[in-house]
Amino acid sequence: MSRSIRDWLWILAFVVLIAFSVPWFLWGSSTVVAGLPLWLWWHVGWMGVASVVFALFARHGWDRMMGVDPVGGEP
Amino acid sequence: MTLQPLGIVVAYLLLALGVGLLAYRVGESGAEDFYLASRTLGTLVLLFTTFATLLSAFTFFGGPNLAYAAGPEWILVMGLMDGVLFAVLWYVIGYRQWLIGRAREYVTLGEMLGDRFASPLLRALVAGVSLLWLFPYVMLQQMGAGEALRGLTGGAVPYWGGAALITVFMIVYVMLAGLRGVAWTDTLQGLFMLSVIWVAVVWVVGAVGGVGAATRGMIAANPDFAALGGGVYTPQFVISSAVTIAFGVTMFPQINQRFFVAKSARVLKRSFALWPVLVLLLFVPAFMLGAWAAGLPIEVPEGANVLSVLLAEYTPTWFASLVIAGAMAAMMSSSDSMLLSGSAYFTRDLYRPLVSPNASERREAWIARVGVAVFATLAFAASLTRPGTLIEVGDTAFSGFALLAPPVMVALYRETTTRDGMIAGVAVPQLLYLLHVLVPATTVRVAGTSVELLARSYGGWDVALAFMLLAGILTVGVSALSTQAFGEDAERFAVRGD
Repeated sequence: MSRSIRDWLWILAFVVLIAFSVPWFLWGSSTVVAGLPLWLWWHVGWMGVASVVFALFARHGWDRMMGVDPVGGEP
Repeated sequence: MTLQPLGIVVAYLLLALGVGLLAYRVGESGAEDFYLASRTLGTLVLLFTTFATLLSAFTFFGGPNLAYAAGPEWILVMGLMDGVLFAVLWYVIGYRQWLIGRAREYVTLGEMLGDRFASPLLRALVAGVSLLWLFPYVMLQQMGAGEALRGLTGGAVPYWGGAALITVFMIVYVMLAGLRGVAWTDTLQGLFMLSVIWVAVVWVVGAVGGVGAATRGMIAANPDFAALGGGVYTPQFVISSAVTIAFGVTMFPQINQRFFVAKSARVLKRSFALWPVLVLLLFVPAFMLGAWAAGLPIEVPEGANVLSVLLAEYTPTWFASLVIAGAMAAMMSSSDSMLLSGSAYFTRDLYRPLVSPNASERREAWIARVGVAVFATLAFAASLTRPGTLIEVGDTAFSGFALLAPPVMVALYRETTTRDGMIAGVAVPQLLYLLHVLVPATTVRVAGTSVELLARSYGGWDVALAFMLLAGILTVGVSALSTQAFGEDAERFAVRGD
């Protein structure tokens, strides 16, 4: 099963999502913004981004990536 | 403090039991409905029943306790592991298993692997390993409940009393309601807990004068709490915990069985996309409460749960009781999912193939229920010994399960995998990990330098990570060296269009 460029882009997107779930570049930083640590705001934003990426993947990459024909959903 | 909170907790647990019974009466009887609710769970129910299974003592009490002691970075560990890694595995393992399971009507992981590799031994091995690690996790719920009730009633209900109470409810519940019952109460629990935890935040934050004040108080008490990292939170700890827990969760019997039950692919997709949001909504408030508590003038006795102490102090008794009741009910339903799946593993993968192939359905159902009662009672007895903190006990169990994930992933995707490869890949890492868990670490001197043997972590990295790697290498390597045994059929794992 050979992978297309689109598949690799999805894989790259997932790798980036995983790698920056922890904001490593803020390691040791104790900046507080609006009452909460900055890294916590990053976390809030990143989970939002993850959710959007996942929703896009579910729509466009889900079955292609698994190498199956679209499996019927609810009518 | 009086016993009034106890009344609220018991009343809530009885209510949850009632809902479960009602749901059960809706369902058909028969094994597939009892264990898999006839593979008809929709998005909301699937999402929340998987979610509620994560709403265990580990997240509810262990997480805030850790945040209280070491800072709120645990939120990031949970975000990485639950929000992202688990979601990706949900697709990689879960969707694949759903495709295969739907075509061939599998009910358990062991059954699926046993059929593909024509190996009752592999089937029994997977079930046995799963039951082994399920034990500490059930125990964890009992420990959490014991501590929660003690904290809530100011010691009027002893630790063993709370643990015993939840054990009795677990056994009664799982005997009376199948997966449909558990899934329905899980959904209600999940929604309920999500709401009350936010109400609790509003209440506590209001009492201390706003989010900024709460955070300032926390930093004043512990200057390094706001900084990312520090203390126990090393990069090694963060990555080790997140990876072992995320992979471990996929192999939990109750989660893994969820991979077989979605009504349609669309249900899986929606749950997948909503997952990070749900994680965010629950864990940020729960763990921040624990972290803020560090700056508040409250006394948390040794071994107690910070969340129950905090709520008892800052919110009215009825509300604190309701939150603890909700948490206990959530723990009860996640324990029930575990026990239910555990009993499926026991009867389908161990009892039926090995002991009595011709047992009637009636007898199988009876064995399953007795098995649940015995298992829960033994776990209760073990929970009385207080073998470690909630996080430690949970982490051990997660890592044990995580070792199963690499061989399963290899089996799902590589047609050339053989039975010998699977057995080596499952058994060897488990044996090695058990040695590290059960035998205390010893230091030996080799050629002038001291080397630590059988430690749980090396240089801050959990030893289970190395064994996960070994599990994958062994499965692929031994498969390459061995030939397919008689009866093995890679076609059984083919998904359409492959």
